[in-house]
Amino acid sequence: MAPSPAPGPDQAAERALVAVVADWPVVAARIAGDVGEGGTVGAGDTAHVGEAPDGAGPVVVVHANRVVAASGAARAAGVTVGLRRREAQGRCPAAAVVTADPAREGRTFEPLAAALDAVTPRVEVRHPGEVAFPTRGPSRYFGGDAALVHRVAGVLDARLPPGVAPGVAVADGTFAAGCAARSGPAVVEPGASAAFLADRPVGEAAEHLDRDDAREATSVLARLGVRALGALAALPAPDVLARFGPAGELLHRLARGLDPRPLATRRAAPELAVAVELDPPIDRTDVLAFRAVALADDLHARLARDGRVCLRLGVEVETDHGERRRRSWRHEGGLTASAVAERVRWQLDGWLDGPAAERPTAGVTVLRLDPEEVTAARGRQLGFWGGETRIDEEAARALARVAALLGPDAVTVAEVTGGRGPTDRIASVPAAAVDLGARTVVRPGPTGPWPGRLPPPSPALVPASPVEVELRAADGTAVAVDGRGTVSAPPARLGRVEVVAWAGPWPADERWWDPDRARRRARVQVVLADGTAHLLALEGGVWHREGSYD
Amino acid sequence: MFDTGRVSARPRPEIPLAVLGERARPVTLAAERALPVTSVLAPLLPDGGLPRGATVGVHGPGATALALALVAAASGAGSWTAVVGADDLGLVAAAEAGLALERTVVVADPPPAAWSTVVAALVESVEVVLVRASRRVAPGEQRRLRTHLRRRGGVLVRLPGPGIWPEDPDVRLRSVRASWEGAVATDRLDGAGRLRRRRLVVEAEGRGRAARPRRLELWLPGPDGAPAPLVTTPSTTVPSTTADLPNPTVTATTDGRGTRWAEVG
Repeated sequence: MAPSPAPGPDQAAERALVAVVADWPVVAARIAGDVGEGGTVGAGDTAHVGEAPDGAGPVVVVHANRVVAASGAARAAGVTVGLRRREAQGRCPAAAVVTADPAREGRTFEPLAAALDAVTPRVEVRHPGEVAFPTRGPSRYFGGDAALVHRVAGVLDARLPPGVAPGVAVADGTFAAGCAARSGPAVVEPGASAAFLADRPVGEAAEHLDRDDAREATSVLARLGVRALGALAALPAPDVLARFGPAGELLHRLARGLDPRPLATRRAAPELAVAVELDPPIDRTDVLAFRAVALADDLHARLARDGRVCLRLGVEVETDHGERRRRSWRHEGGLTASAVAERVRWQLDGWLDGPAAERPTAGVTVLRLDPEEVTAARGRQLGFWGGETRIDEEAARALARVAALLGPDAVTVAEVTGGRGPTDRIASVPAAAVDLGARTVVRPGPTGPWPGRLPPPSPALVPASPVEVELRAADGTAVAVDGRGTVSAPPARLGRVEVVAWAGPWPADERWWDPDRARRRARVQVVLADGTAHLLALEGGVWHREGSYD
Repeated sequence: MFDTGRVSARPRPEIPLAVLGERARPVTLAAERALPVTSVLAPLLPDGGLPRGATVGVHGPGATALALALVAAASGAGSWTAVVGADDLGLVAAAEAGLALERTVVVADPPPAAWSTVVAALVESVEVVLVRASRRVAPGEQRRLRTHLRRRGGVLVRLPGPGIWPEDPDVRLRSVRASWEGAVATDRLDGAGRLRRRRLVVEAEGRGRAARPRRLELWLPGPDGAPAPLVTTPSTTVPSTTADLPNPTVTATTDGRGTRWAEVG
């Protein structure tokens, strides 16, 4: 078994910088304010960033009942990624549990990616929490790799919450750079990537590829005794390809310090770009996302005709006042039309939520999708059990058809938001603006800081706008609730129907710090003589029916 | 002795290909042609599931909660759910009942001209469709829906509303008595407690396999929003005498102060 020949100059990996914010879901939840007031969050698990000063408030982010990210304090208590939710709560009872939300993570990451535009225009978002760009130009401009790392870390640091530090590193290829960003050192010298990676487990390369066949190959390799990347690199490339197919080849390339596919430094095919002029200008992100689906469908059809799939897509929006924002999105499996729409939405939401000086001042007039990197389509196998199935696709198609018939606003899906009342806890989002095939489990559970929320059971009917009603006491006067949360008299009649039982009142004084959005309400539940039960709210001296327990 | 050819064999009856195909079709049991339903509601339905291709009507107090509880298990098992014309459906309650919100879509009430097209398109591709009709459904429209429904093997649930359907549903569920637990009488000023659960008596009738009338008493919604059986039989062995005793949980209804919302959140 002869060691593989050293890579020739033509296939050497391009030097790249990778910046990682460890446990981005946790940081995103904190930025978005979904973690309780005491929830300080730190990324204290990367060795070279120094200890995060988080004393209290461990946070755990879960998806499908499994931990996907945990704050430093939670990790210190023994919480690891992949743990069951219950077990994580058992190990760290104080942890605030937040449900993973890709939209929140994408939206909150956008300002960071935008900040890096000042360093280089070629920033690509690998996923929220991780960016990469080729360093050839920027490194020379800023005076070497170490200086560039310092600069990028400074730019990101200024925009991250205190206590969270990014990991930044330069190496040959994004995989080596990503490993170095997580564990150090900041700079891996040219040609030293293979040696740097030699002791790392093969599984890390499989995770970088995010391919199931690569994970399978990893477990077979482990049983054959090949656990470290150095051992894999020592195997002859043709033999690895013969035994493990394309996944093995990619793993082997990574192990040798090469990029599976180099980051594109030249424009792939400018003639493939599609754009749409919007007249009148669009100022709503969901409407824009709806247009993006149609545009992405068009792009996919053109690419599919040539047997190609887009790995990296540039999304560019331009407003009526000439403000422009461009972002590159990468997905190893190719981006579907609805995935494109979702990223357009993240990008716009992030822009709108960003610093006031950079916010757009007019509606969007141009939306351009530019496939920056395309590769041959190898086809996609739909899942037989679970995963992406034909049924899901069929349902998504039918919904798109209905949306075309009735308008994008008529077909909505639920997204969980924070709140206390039945209408506050769920927001309706146009189905066209989300990736229906890849939605996370949304369940309005006991997450978030919402003391005073209605416990289950919740009203089964919730009128879109609360209906005004009259709630009177036995003597005919309107029932009032004083500042101490007691009623003037027990309710006796709702309209003309007698009240037979009641519960409450529960005062809720929300957003008292914001005069425009402050609301003071008191809620009661009443059971009427006809057997129906209702949730009523008193606001400004007027009773409303917020929901019915039908 | 041997067949000389003179004895003409009786010509075999000509069987149309369609009939032959019908005979050669693989046999599926009725129970396999059903969507799963929560075990609490299973006694109400033939074969303990929602028959595929069927229309279900819900009526009476608590009809909405009944509809949600009925389709929750199918939704949880991977079916998509579309809600048409019921913008006021409480999605928090739906999630508590067990619906998977990531596979639930709410469609606004379509204009009369597009109504049947929209509902047919949904029935074609979404396994569970909850519809509240806001007007009279024409017999032709309903026939068309039924054809689509049979072909796709989904379930159409009619929510109570102002609309009129020309034909009765295949399965009709009617709640006849509802009583809430947890609130206090109106002579008390403190309003202690909160609505905890509702005792519901549901009667089922229908056509075909669902023709036998059934009756069930249950908690809907139960304390966590999902339906709960009236008598909780522990999985361990229970003395047979306790089965006939009144449910001990019923007596412990209104506890002193109850739980304030602030404490629960």
